[in-house]
Amino acid sequence: MSETTTSPASNGAPPNAVPAHTQTTSRRGNGSFVRNIGLVVALILLIAVGVVTSGERFASVDNLMTILRLASAMGVLAIGMTFVITTGGIDLSVGAVMGLSTVWATTLATQTMAQNSTWLVIAATAIIVGLVCGVINGVIIAYGKVVAFIATLAMMVASRGLAEIISNRQTQLIKVKEFTAFMRDSFLGIPNLVWIMIVVAVIGWFIMNRTTFGRRTIAVGGNPEAARLAGINVRRHLVYVYALCGTTAGIAAVMMLGRTNSGSSTTGYLYELDAIAAVVVGGTLLVGGRGTIVGTLLGVLLFTTLTNVFVQNNMSTSAQAVAKGVIIVAAVLLQQQFAAREKAHT
Amino acid sequence: MVNVDPTTPLLRMSNIVKHFPGAKALDGVDLEVLPGEVHCLLGQNGAGKSTLIKVLSGAHQPDSGIITLSGEEVKISNPVAALKIGIATMYQELDVVDGLSVAENVFMGHELATAGVSRRREASKRTREILNQLGHPEIRPSREVGTLSAAGKQIVSMARALSHNAKVIVMDEPSAVLDSEEVDNLFKVVEALQSRGVAIIYISHRMDEIRRIGDRITVLKDGRSVGQNLDAQETPTLELIKLMTGRSVEHAIPPRVSVDRSADAALLEVSDLALPGVFSGVSFHVKPGEILGIAGLVGSGRSEILETLYGARRASHGTVTVDGKPVKRGSVPSAVAAGIGLCPEERKSQGLILGEPIYRNVTMSTFARFAKSGLLNESAERKAAQEQATALDLRPVNVNRNAGTLSGGNQQKLILARWLVHGCRVLLLDEPTRGVDVGARSEIYQLITRLAEEGAAIVVVSSEIPEVLGLSDRVIVVADGSVVTESPASALTEEDVLNLVMEGSAA
Repeated sequence: MSETTTSPASNGAPPNAVPAHTQTTSRRGNGSFVRNIGLVVALILLIAVGVVTSGERFASVDNLMTILRLASAMGVLAIGMTFVITTGGIDLSVGAVMGLSTVWATTLATQTMAQNSTWLVIAATAIIVGLVCGVINGVIIAYGKVVAFIATLAMMVASRGLAEIISNRQTQLIKVKEFTAFMRDSFLGIPNLVWIMIVVAVIGWFIMNRTTFGRRTIAVGGNPEAARLAGINVRRHLVYVYALCGTTAGIAAVMMLGRTNSGSSTTGYLYELDAIAAVVVGGTLLVGGRGTIVGTLLGVLLFTTLTNVFVQNNMSTSAQAVAKGVIIVAAVLLQQQFAAREKAHT
Repeated sequence: MVNVDPTTPLLRMSNIVKHFPGAKALDGVDLEVLPGEVHCLLGQNGAGKSTLIKVLSGAHQPDSGIITLSGEEVKISNPVAALKIGIATMYQELDVVDGLSVAENVFMGHELATAGVSRRREASKRTREILNQLGHPEIRPSREVGTLSAAGKQIVSMARALSHNAKVIVMDEPSAVLDSEEVDNLFKVVEALQSRGVAIIYISHRMDEIRRIGDRITVLKDGRSVGQNLDAQETPTLELIKLMTGRSVEHAIPPRVSVDRSADAALLEVSDLALPGVFSGVSFHVKPGEILGIAGLVGSGRSEILETLYGARRASHGTVTVDGKPVKRGSVPSAVAAGIGLCPEERKSQGLILGEPIYRNVTMSTFARFAKSGLLNESAERKAAQEQATALDLRPVNVNRNAGTLSGGNQQKLILARWLVHGCRVLLLDEPTRGVDVGARSEIYQLITRLAEEGAAIVVVSSEIPEVLGLSDRVIVVADGSVVTESPASALTEEDVLNLVMEGSAA
């Protein structure tokens, strides 16, 4: 880093610079902690605004559960997206893949199998559709060497179209009682939808921080050439990561099916952008090499709470959109500041 | 080329001194260039050629010394100033923008425009004039530069130099990217420029080129001009080489004890390896405990040989075996699994994740071993990394720090540590001491020697001939993509090797 950080005058004389800073803590851990603290503070401020403006209507357990339930599908989607962005990629297709998954699952459940279908058919179909779309994305990106932006843009357009063909642009209702009942139910006072998000988040955090899969993801994003020369199969790993992201889109589709009781080709419209925004606001670097699941969850919560505060105050969705835009820019500006400061330290 | 104008020098640099912290890059260089001559600059890597060019092009400021152009003293404070007074530089890496047209490239930085609107017709016309002068009327000014060959791009680069009305054009190894026919064309252009009184400062390692177009030669060694205004046609190659060599190797390389290994089986065996358009028919073997050096010029294929046998490039032909077992072609994972490790030339871009902790960089090839069914055991990783870091005397010792905080020598040690944790027995080192300061160099040398003594088979590629000769037991010399010599290191002198790489054949 010498050419970017030290002045030209001190360049080339590192031996005496070595023992000067031999502190014991890992600065990296501190960095992500500070970033998360920033998000927590923003979230608390937002909650304060909600309490002040809407009082008990906002600060109730019911409302909290509403926020969490609304956040759940987006949360799952954003966790998959975190892995993709950590590799330095992007997946624009997740929203459309959600739509495709819901109509495929409902078509199978309501028409083909008629009465005999179970919730298992619905869930498995949606998840498999997501997984397959993810694998296709990954293969095109890793082995076809198509830029992720374009490859997933194509998948987005194509899946939306396929969803319209399959559903004939009709909304398809789900009549499988056990499925809808389970999705509306709660456990320990927390909706099952939220439990699903919690489980996915815990698994996602674990994969990212404690497994070889997560290590490969960070290495591929941090320096693909170095990862390749170290013997990591970069292309194969990229396929896995996009497959994982597609799978979370499938899970999110199942959750949407439960929440809305129906499948439609418009399900998940523009969700990909919200997911990307949440990941970036959460502190995952768009250039890759660093991903934080906790940050992503905080980002999702921030946006969902924002929506809730606006709704409670009867403010328009347009004003909401403006506020969202401001938050995204502010968060990225902050991120760059941290990045610059970290660079100055190294 | 014989009709050099015996008038006053066009450019004169006298007693140029330039210090960098810890190193004296230029220590009193004199250079005198006549109008219309091709003045060749010779010198080994690190002799100060690039620094001298950078002083001339305004990229570096000299600490002392005088530069005069057409008899007037000039101060070249930045690259724009250099162009203004008529000194243009063509760097080794082509500095053209592929997406723009020829005319746009030629006038880049000094666009012809009225109130911000470019005068395309005029730019096009002037570009055509310049290209005609250069003898390349077939290149259309509107053509996109990306569609041109490397030679075509070089012509564009030269046209740009002329568009500034340059009196002196510096060409830094212009033939490195060209094939022989393109070199012929380049030389025609150089002659055309000469006839217009433009002086060329020509940097090349290839003797045949210097003989063909050079008028006079200045030789640099250790930042000093040790031979000045030598006749490019008459001066014997051996005399030039004598001037270039004999550099004091200020960093001690531990002496190699020659061991009779004739009974041992080869650990690494490469046979008839080929990469289309780069090299072919490369065969060699390395025994346990042996260090093989590869010497050659930039572009001779020396780095590509390492990368291909490592699987980072897919060979079209040939086999690589470790301990008699073949390694899958074009697959880094199988090379690594076979116990081959590469320390790449560009450590920062090819070897490290700078924003990640040292220990994770060390275990980048082995972290799966510290995992049970995918679950990492980071404390075991840290411990293994720490052990190697201590053994290699890596500083700072704290493996939780980011790899980006390490100095060049320590980054090299980190990558060595990676392969030692892996248990590699074949180590490929590409320019192991590039960007490593003098103090750390001898440490790296001792480390390499020690690893060999412990039974590793080591291949070292370096552009520093004393380094190759000092470290290796055996040396192969590559030129233009094929092996021209294989010999015990003790049987070769620096002069021999230099002669081989410059002439491309045995003297």
